[in-house]
This record gives sequence, C-alpha cells and structure tokens, in this order.
Amino acid sequence: MTTMRRRAVPYLLISPTVALIAAFLVYPIGSVAYYSLQHRNLTRPWADGFAGLDNFRRMLFEDELFWHSLGFTAKWVIVEVGLQLILGLALALIVNETFIGRGLARSLVFSPWAVSGVLTTGIWILLYTPSTGVLRFLGQPEAAVLGNPDTVFPAVVVAELWRGVPFFAILLLAGLQGIPGELYEAAAVDGAGRVKRFIHVTLPHLRDAIVLATLLRGVWEFNNVDLLYTLTGGGPAQETMTLPLYVAQRAVDSKDFGYGSALTMAGFVILLFCSILYLRLSRFGGDR
Amino acid sequence: MSADVMVRTRTRTVSAGTRRRPAKRKDPGRVLRLYIPLGLYLAFTLVPFYWMLVFALRPAGSTDPVPWPITFEHFETVWNDIGYAVFFKNSVIVGVWSLLFTTVIAVMGGYALARYRFRGRNLFMVVLLCTQFIPGAMMLIPLFSIFKSLGLINSLASLIIADTVFNLPLSIILMSGFISAVPFTVEEAAMVDGCTRLRGFLAIVLPQLRPGLIAVGSFAFIHTWNNFLFALMFVSKQDSFTIPVGLSYTIGEYSADFGALAAGGVVAALPVVCVFAVVQRYLVHGISAGAVKG
Repeated sequence: MTTMRRRAVPYLLISPTVALIAAFLVYPIGSVAYYSLQHRNLTRPWADGFAGLDNFRRMLFEDELFWHSLGFTAKWVIVEVGLQLILGLALALIVNETFIGRGLARSLVFSPWAVSGVLTTGIWILLYTPSTGVLRFLGQPEAAVLGNPDTVFPAVVVAELWRGVPFFAILLLAGLQGIPGELYEAAAVDGAGRVKRFIHVTLPHLRDAIVLATLLRGVWEFNNVDLLYTLTGGGPAQETMTLPLYVAQRAVDSKDFGYGSALTMAGFVILLFCSILYLRLSRFGGDR
Repeated sequence: MSADVMVRTRTRTVSAGTRRRPAKRKDPGRVLRLYIPLGLYLAFTLVPFYWMLVFALRPAGSTDPVPWPITFEHFETVWNDIGYAVFFKNSVIVGVWSLLFTTVIAVMGGYALARYRFRGRNLFMVVLLCTQFIPGAMMLIPLFSIFKSLGLINSLASLIIADTVFNLPLSIILMSGFISAVPFTVEEAAMVDGCTRLRGFLAIVLPQLRPGLIAVGSFAFIHTWNNFLFALMFVSKQDSFTIPVGLSYTIGEYSADFGALAAGGVVAALPVVCVFAVVQRYLVHGISAGAVKG
C-alpha cells in the first residue's frame, strides 16, 4: 500500500499541470483542426456547416494576402532574430565585464524586456509621430515613418529591437556565467589574444545557448502580434502583415473562425517544420 | 576579456573588485570597448522611456524637452476619466492570481521532475518543451470557444486560466532547476529526524527556494501583466479591461492627446519595471540554473 502510494506521488504532483495543458492547449489544437474543416463565422451563423477542404482551397489559391503575409513573416523573423542576436551578444559581453555600477547598468539595459508590446507601441508612436518625435532633432524632414511603405519596416524593426535585445542579452549572459574562468586563464597563458579567446572559448561554449535563444526568439517573433497589431495594424497597405497577425485580425475583427482556423493550421505546420529543420541543421546538444 | 569576467554576480566580493581595479585603469582600450558601447546602448534604451516621461509630466501644449513645471493633469485624466483605476485593479487581480497559481503548480511539477524518476517523465518534459512552440495568437479562436462554453467570456477568470496555462511550462522547467540545486541530503536528514516528506519540504527546501520563487513568480506576473491578445479577445466590457487593452484604446482614440497616451504608458510600465529592476539578477541566475539542468 505504501509503495503504491509513493509511486503515485509524482503523478499527483504533475496532475494539475497535465490537466491544464490537456484542457487548454492540447484540446484546443484538436478543435482548431476540426474548425478548419468547417464554415464557421460568428457574424454569419446561418452559413455555418461542413466545409471539407474549402477553407484550405481558398487560402492556397485565392488569398494573396496569405502568401504575402508568409513572405513578410519570414523577412520579419530573420531580420529581427539576426539583429537581436548580434546586439544581444555584444550587450551580454559588455555587462559581463566587471565595472562600477554594473548591477544598475544591467537593470537599466534589460528593463525594456519587462515592457509589453502595446506599451512599446505607445512609446514609439511618441517617437515616430512627426510633430512629437525625436527624429526632428536628427534633421529628419517631417515625414510619417509609419505611414510610408518605404520606412515602415525599419521603423517597426527598431521598435521591436528596443524590446527584444534584452531577452537575448539575458539568456546569453546566463550562458557566459557558466563558462569556467580557468579556460580563459589557460588560453591567455597559451598566448591567445582577446579575439582568439572569444572565438575559441566563448563562442563554442555559448553554442547551445545561442541555438536555444535564436529558436525560442524565432518562434516568439513569429508569434509576436501585440506590437504590429497596435503599431501598424499590418499596414500601410498590408505591408507589415504577418501570418499570426492575419489570424488574430480574422479572430478578433471579422470573427471568421473557420477560415482563421485553416490559417492557424498552416501556421502550425510551417512553425513545426522550420523548428525541426533548424534543430537538425544546428545539431543542437550534439558533440561539435 | 579576463579572468575577473567570470566572477558571478552573487559571489562578487568587494575585495575582488578593489584588488583588480588599479590594473583596469591603465587599460585605455577599456573606454572604447566597454564604456562607449555601453553608453550608446543605454541612450537607446533610456531615451524612449525619457520621452514618455516628458510627455506624461509636462503641461499639454508645451514642447519643452524638459518637463518643467511638472504637472499631474494627464495622470488625473487617464486614472479618473479614461478609467485606468479600473484597468489597473483588473490587471493586479489577474496578475496576482496567475502568479499564485503558476508558482504553486510549478513548485509541484518542478519537484516531481527534480526528485522522482517516474514513467512518463521524459514524455512530460517533451510536452512542456513542445508547448513553447504553440503561438498564443493561434490559440485565440479555440480558447474563445472553450471559455464561451464555460460562460467565462468577459470574466477575469478566463484571463487568469489562460495566462497561468501559458506561464506554466517554462516556470516548471525553471523551478525544477532551482529544486535540483538544493541537495537531496538535507531533505533526507529531515525525514530521518521524523519529518514527513511534505513537512521536510516545507521546512527545509522551501526557504532555500526563495530566489527560485522570486524568479518564477515575477516572470509569471510580468507576462500576465503584459498579455494583450487574450484580454482583447476574451473581454469586451470596459469594466473588465486590463491595462494593455485600455492602453491600446488610448493609442487608438486619444492619438491626438499625447499627454494621456504617455501617462497611460507610465501607469502600464511602472509596476513591471519596478518588479524587474528588483528581480533582474534572480532571473539571470534562474535561467543559468534551469539551462544547466534542463
């Protein structure tokens, strides 16, 4: 009796988690698959019914915005993750040095991490609006950067960098702190300069942290709807529409759940495929 | 980069700092390598915050880059007229409940992962990691249907549940790292002394988990406080709005009133930025602990 009770302990401990994940993550994924085969629109309930693959046909062959949003999603994720990695690594190396006021400096440079996407929008609208922004001090002519298809992309990229770089810096700083100091001493004794130590000691040790951070962040930037939803709404002229933003607009604004679910399924498949491909290519966790 | 780079925040001592500082002063490259990039990055981080503060604190119509004389008129507008007092209360309710649920369930799950080898453990880990690939935006439609059938639309409970579920996986992984770091022998000793496993855990392990509880709890609170899409989708009555939803409407409707927009932003930022400033070092430490074990 007692051994049986003891065996049950870990299962009891994870049971709330399992129940919550089953009810609010696993079951919903199943129901998305089901909805994607239905016509289902909260604003037009009389037209609901089984659709077969009609939603997917519409998505693949008739919806130009779907393909356009896929292209922009790829561009958005690659540019954001790439720039965040470079800046985040540099920032992590800087705040890993010993200097007076390091704790304060870390709190300050990491602080945008704690800020929401909506608040980021609020702040950057103040900065970008011609009549109120800081760009006038930089000699920028009066121009609405967010309304212009040529400038809107760099504008949203910079705003998201402001909030996104700290995440990379935090993860990589945690990785840096796990590198044994003796390795640097040994490398220094062997005559390795600063650059060589970085290439031969720091980077190999950060490999897994970098792979993990870029993957998590890639998923996150893919999924990042808050900022674009509030800052550009996908505009101007659908120039900044990502696939999840498109899904969110379908769900929130037009309440077209059937078609939105088909888009969601497409998003899942693409995300899963890219994640597996990335982990394979980077040989995560394997010997180097 | 040199050996002192590796001195950990938590073990840094005053003597180590003072002993090494004279050597550093003679290094002219340090200014170029360290202080100039750091200064530039600090400016990039802080100017946007400062700009928001300027707009929030200076009188309407002023264009001074320095907010003087300071006025709180914009805060009165957003707090009383736009309804941020209600949004703030709602956000606190959702944030605190989600923090409590997340932390308690994460301690349970983390303890199971750290201390037991049970069948299905690996599967459980894989499921937790896989959930990280589920985008919240993609779950809006099915979750809306679930909460609708539960009668929880327009109720803060829907947000507490959804945010807890999305906070849990990473919190459990982090927490199991923290629990693994507490030696099992101290628990065994307590059990030899006649404590039950639960009492041993509460009396011996829990106090040592303080950094872990702070890291996981603050992480959960910040995420919940900032969540926008769930609140936008599941709540449509203004007296159930949370701060991010309220702010998004301020951005849309008051785009001419930048003072109100900025003041609303300050209200949204203040709690999380304060929490973050205090717990920042626990977070970095927690991620390294979780990464080592995970």
